[in-house]
Amino acid sequence: MSNQHPTVIFFGTCLINTLAPRAGLAAMRLLRRAGAQVRFPRDQSCCGQPAYNAGFDDQARRVARAQLKALEGEEPIIVPSASCAGMFRHEYPRLFAGTPEQAPAQHLAERIVELCDYLQRILGVNWPDLGPPVRVALHQSCSARREMQVAAPARALLEGLAQVEVLEPARASDCCGFGGTFAVKQPDISEAMTADKAGALLATDASVLVSQDLGCLTSLEGYLRRQGAMMQVQHIAEFLWERIASPEAEALKTGDAR
Amino acid sequence: MSSPLRTRLREALARAPARRNIGRAMAGLVDKRRAAFPDAQALEQLRDQGQAIRDQALANLPALLRELEANCRANGIEVHWARTAAEANEKVRELVQAAGTTSVLKGKSMVSEEIGLNAALAEAGIEALETDLGEWIIQLAGEAPSHIVAPAVHLDRREVAARFREHFPELEVGEEIADLTALARRLLRERFAQLRVGISGVNFLIAETGTLCLIENEGNGRLCTTLPEVHIAITGIEKVIARLDQLPPLLRLLTRSATGQPITTYVNLISGPRGTDERDGPRAVHLILLDNGRARLQADPELRATLRCIRCGACMNHCPVYTRVGGHGYGTVYPGPLGAVLEPRLHGLAAPGELAEASSLCGACAEVCPVRIPLPQLIRRVRRDRARVSPGTTGRQARLWSLWAAIMAHPARARAVTRTLALLAPVINPALHWLPSPWTRHRQPPQLARETLAKLASEEGFGDE
Repeated sequence: MSNQHPTVIFFGTCLINTLAPRAGLAAMRLLRRAGAQVRFPRDQSCCGQPAYNAGFDDQARRVARAQLKALEGEEPIIVPSASCAGMFRHEYPRLFAGTPEQAPAQHLAERIVELCDYLQRILGVNWPDLGPPVRVALHQSCSARREMQVAAPARALLEGLAQVEVLEPARASDCCGFGGTFAVKQPDISEAMTADKAGALLATDASVLVSQDLGCLTSLEGYLRRQGAMMQVQHIAEFLWERIASPEAEALKTGDAR
Repeated sequence: MSSPLRTRLREALARAPARRNIGRAMAGLVDKRRAAFPDAQALEQLRDQGQAIRDQALANLPALLRELEANCRANGIEVHWARTAAEANEKVRELVQAAGTTSVLKGKSMVSEEIGLNAALAEAGIEALETDLGEWIIQLAGEAPSHIVAPAVHLDRREVAARFREHFPELEVGEEIADLTALARRLLRERFAQLRVGISGVNFLIAETGTLCLIENEGNGRLCTTLPEVHIAITGIEKVIARLDQLPPLLRLLTRSATGQPITTYVNLISGPRGTDERDGPRAVHLILLDNGRARLQADPELRATLRCIRCGACMNHCPVYTRVGGHGYGTVYPGPLGAVLEPRLHGLAAPGELAEASSLCGACAEVCPVRIPLPQLIRRVRRDRARVSPGTTGRQARLWSLWAAIMAHPARARAVTRTLALLAPVINPALHWLPSPWTRHRQPPQLARETLAKLASEEGFGDE
């Protein structure tokens, strides 16, 4: 560990906030288990990526400006989504280029770390696996692979668990077809992509689908459920927490809660 | 809700044989490219070099074009300038008519597709005979190219044979590729020898030496540029590079990115018409330099990167959207991610601009682009420009995003909305199931959580101090 008790800021993401708050909570528990002091600024909302990707920069900037304020400070900002992390890291400096917020946007960008990257590469966690044997299909988002290059640490976290067999689907680097508003604006082509991805995931014969991006998971889960597939779907943070948490661990956790 | 683009994409998805052929061909090209670049570090160095060569050329475009023109003229190549597609077509027509013929040989050229050359020539009573096999097949079928490198990639050999039979009912047509190729060669070569004008595209223009570089695999380009009396080359102004020694790295990048080949069968370097002591080659070489919106792209610091393109097609080969719908799904001359950023710049943001919606911004295109064109960024730029300049097509969206921003930019409102959504989840979640939406056509709707992250966090002592 680089620091005995680092303090970090946690950014929950709007999707986790509305659809899977337990994944957000699990991520914060993981950070605390790894020895970090976790701050959760109440004024955060959304990184602004949906409007930005749609081409509505003014609207995206309004929302992004609010995050600059909510996430002020010097601590690393941990984001449980490579997609939102990519927005902060790579797009904020572009979005605010030539505006008074350019410097704060750059400063924020430099503090951004994706959750798995932080746990694995920076903190070097190595947790004992307390769960039963399980086969997991790992889906890694385009943002994780390309924009943030944090696919390896997520995989390493799973592979560090003794009882977890990690399976990679065929054509793993193909987009799942979600792409935010793309799934709604181009439903036909999005469905064709999702169908292929879902087929490859089912072909792994894993019982759980795990990813570090909830956007892809929401789309894939919706498709798998419509197909009547039984594969369970979980954000990686929630999956990891369930593997490493035991009754004693729970007690420990309550004990060091501030 | 359905736009022309969405309709075309749906139709393309429904064409099962084409979809299968394109999917298989693209998967093959992806594998071949990967095998052609075994050393990741060497590839990145080569990409650095390629990007630098192209950027240097684009930064000095006017000066390089003047140098090119002077050196071409010194070599005996006549240089013509065309601002628009119409001007380019008119110039070709003049040159063909001056040669006193009504039939021309044509090599594969995307710029000739861009300006609609064949149709313009037909209007003037001039027949253009395609010499590239793929181009000839789709010409017979009356179709547009499906891919910028492999125009007939959507057809398999049985479909090609069927088109040949339809067109030449008197001939015996087999279904083996060797038979089809031999037949095409026999039919075409008889005519090649009779024609006096050849038209080709250009891959690179070398300013320093006044040279046109043209690469190809079938020998058709060489036929077009050596057999006839007159060779007319037509190309965009952005294809110029400064020096001859910059050509090899670009050719390495181009052929390997496109088809995985270390080099093409033919690399033609044309530096003038037939010399007095030479036994073949055209008596006259004309170069038509087309702007058609390119100078405008060059002037914009962000859009200029579009002009780096060396037309390898790797972006479309790797694009999950292109791979499933092919070029005909886009309905444009340049399909795929490149088409999504180039077409709106050549033909306006209104309808061509919608191409930019056919992308999940997955980034596969930028990852393989040999000259590092930031395609996702340029796709977003099209979306941004559309939101700004064509409020008619994006007005409803603008209102929705403004409403969204009015909530998300205000912490108290965002919290209130999140809390309300969580409270109303038991009512909203069942409703999501029967509310019609593009999402629920193929997916179960997501379900809102019944508690907020803020509440869970504070219950566990994760504070804001």
